[in-house]
Amino acid sequence: MASHGIRDRVAIVGMGCTQFGEHWDRSADDLLIDATEQCFASTPGVEKGDVDAYWLGTMGSGQSGLTLSRPLALDYKPVTRVENFCATGSEAFRNACYAVAAGAYDRVMAVGVEKLKDSGVSGLVVGAPPGDGTSPDLTAPAVFSFLAPAYAKKYGVDDTTMKEAMTHIAYKNHANGAKNPRAQFRSEVPKEKIARSPLVAGPLGIFDCSGVSDGSACAVIVRSEDAHRYTDRPMYVKALSFVAGPADGPADPGYDYTTFNEVVRCAQDAYEQAGVSDPRSEISMAEVHDCFTPTELVLMEDMGFSPRGQAWRDVLDGVFDLDGELPVNPDGGLKSFGHPIGASGLRMLYECWLQFRGEADARQIDDPKLGVTHNLGGRPGACVSFMSIVGSEAN
Amino acid sequence: MPSPGLLAYGGYVPRHRLPVALIGDALGISAGKGARAVAGYDEDSTSMGVEAARRALAGAPPPPSIHFATSSPAYADKTNAAAIHAALGLPPTGFAVDIAGSIRGATGAWRAAAAAAGLAVMADVRTGRPGSGDEAGGADAAAAFLFGDGEGVIAEVLAEESATAEFLDRWRTPGESFSRVWEERFGLEVYLPLIREVSARALAAAGIETPDHVIVSSPHARAARTAAAAFENVAAVSIGYAGTADAGLALVDALERAAPRQTILMVLAADGCDATVLRTTAALPGYRDGRPTLAQQLGQAREISYPTFLTWRGMLQREPPRRPEPDRPAAPPSARAEAWKFAFTGSRCDACTRVHLPPQRVCAGCGSVDGMSPAPLSDVEATVATYTIDRLAYSPSPPVIDVVLDYDGGGRFCCQVADADPDEVAIGDRMEMTFRRFYTVDGVHNYFWKARPV
Repeated sequence: MASHGIRDRVAIVGMGCTQFGEHWDRSADDLLIDATEQCFASTPGVEKGDVDAYWLGTMGSGQSGLTLSRPLALDYKPVTRVENFCATGSEAFRNACYAVAAGAYDRVMAVGVEKLKDSGVSGLVVGAPPGDGTSPDLTAPAVFSFLAPAYAKKYGVDDTTMKEAMTHIAYKNHANGAKNPRAQFRSEVPKEKIARSPLVAGPLGIFDCSGVSDGSACAVIVRSEDAHRYTDRPMYVKALSFVAGPADGPADPGYDYTTFNEVVRCAQDAYEQAGVSDPRSEISMAEVHDCFTPTELVLMEDMGFSPRGQAWRDVLDGVFDLDGELPVNPDGGLKSFGHPIGASGLRMLYECWLQFRGEADARQIDDPKLGVTHNLGGRPGACVSFMSIVGSEAN
Repeated sequence: MPSPGLLAYGGYVPRHRLPVALIGDALGISAGKGARAVAGYDEDSTSMGVEAARRALAGAPPPPSIHFATSSPAYADKTNAAAIHAALGLPPTGFAVDIAGSIRGATGAWRAAAAAAGLAVMADVRTGRPGSGDEAGGADAAAAFLFGDGEGVIAEVLAEESATAEFLDRWRTPGESFSRVWEERFGLEVYLPLIREVSARALAAAGIETPDHVIVSSPHARAARTAAAAFENVAAVSIGYAGTADAGLALVDALERAAPRQTILMVLAADGCDATVLRTTAALPGYRDGRPTLAQQLGQAREISYPTFLTWRGMLQREPPRRPEPDRPAAPPSARAEAWKFAFTGSRCDACTRVHLPPQRVCAGCGSVDGMSPAPLSDVEATVATYTIDRLAYSPSPPVIDVVLDYDGGGRFCCQVADADPDEVAIGDRMEMTFRRFYTVDGVHNYFWKARPV
């Protein structure tokens, strides 16, 4: 792929993240103020006025940069509002990083927010432009439910084992979330309860689906050479990759619903940028887009953590557990946090930030070096994919 | 050389049946016997008319005109026959008109189509107040007839006679959901002499004493039953009274059973009486050969419950899923996508033959731009590649079943399944496409195609 990357040229020097949940008492404005104030308060040398430019990620909680500049009462700063489906927060971060790497600004902030719980309906609702009424209006769980039977059939995994693998993913992520004060759901869920939860779409039960919540998170980004002015433990950006696929999967008889081609391309690009040749051994932790349990399963193969057809076995063997060989979603993932679209990507980076700083408490991973964050947005066969690789040290 | 007459016919009966006894059980009344045909929640007179017309036009040249009769039009002001015209993928040159409002429009469509060598379409959704005779004795169905001349004529029209009478037997003001009727005996005594007189006149004009098949159709059930008793060989389809489609559906049934050179008397008694005498030709058996039959359709019936029926007809307002209602289809995008939305026409790449659903300008296979030809797929069968049951999606009849379909000869599309329960769908199943009304928002009906089990 023709991307040069900006390996180690920029670094995160401060972050903020609200608790995620049903914030009936908090507006999107409140969440933005809470996340950014937390960040300013914990980042020495960066006041609101010191940030030269902002990137705001939100899918539906506002339009234009005014969505941020008004509640924060910014002093005539450039604010770019970003939307890219479920990768919205990550996209705000990626573009903010490029602005610093380009030398356009010294200090920028990427902010993500989403207020989902004001809609009064279940699940996600994506506004669409006026249309002809012919697009298949499947819900998100329905389109992702195609993955499970397709995967099981292709690799000869029996229904019981497949369900066990899905259940293990939900169990693991809830167990991790139980250790995280910022998660929406902070209790472990017994496997029996997960496996027996009411069906939502296809084989997906309620507990195979991520939650719906409100939240906000943010990051301050500076040039790497300036990073130590603000913190002794900056988080360096090793790779940023983004892919929008041709979205022909739903119309392509060759697409078999066992992989996200966009993620495969995106991961290859990110590993090349970061100089990673064996992700399973080199990556210390991964925050991935576990919107539904089969999504996380397939991602383990698309991201190169498991050989094709083997992720179900690795999942059941505990490879991706918090104490496993490669912890995945140590903060609890979308399963425990819900998925406030604009905020999720930055929430994933926040976990890397805490882990690298040794501040992850009960979730702390031993000496992490490289972390991956990943989002996908859309549906199998027609999605966008984001991947970042961040590290505790610059090469 | 045969004279102008019928070239083709098509009947459509929805798969759903409501056993009339279930009405009686629910309401504590004696509702009668048998089962009535019920349009799915996603069907209306227009969509059923499309289904009947597709069957009539299979293998036939495009007709110059469509004459659509219904007493239950989906739209007023707007021409419903235009949607039928679009769904049939007919060329824009041509005429399409509604004869909507009253039962007798069926004869109007028939005679106008016969005069224009066009296509007559009759379709109706018939119901009444819970517990009424209209509810128990009604049926939802459609019929279509293509007229023309030449070797392909399967039945000639020998005679047509009419009488008109103004009297109050059955009426419904626009906007009302249900009809009102006068005392049954009054209508009976008006209709019986009318039927006798017009039938006799038509048979005399045709030079026939005893027709081989007789159809007597009337919204006055007892008048039809009593008048029919005077004849032998009465043809009827036992799905209930189907309004404008009733006589036509019985004619389809008669044509499927008739031998060459047999005569058929078709009587429609509504606000007067119309009698038509037909004689089948030697071309009829050849026409029928290999063609799907109405009897096959009737054999695919599936029972529904009375609460389901009431819900589908809007008489039982049930709690919807906690999801937003869909947006109404927008006019300009719908107009731009007419061939796709109404006729299910995708595109096929001229360079690499890849099929795109919906149609595309840029080929996802080879990248060629604006090198596509239309790929009409409404009559192409498909195989289920995978499927899911969506219990969260908005639907007037949840859960929604979605299938990923691979069409014979290329093309994949993900769509909803009609007329099936979740346990009736499996990978590898064969599906056909059917024209449906998905939902109505702001008074806009969203028509598009669904799959249903073959």
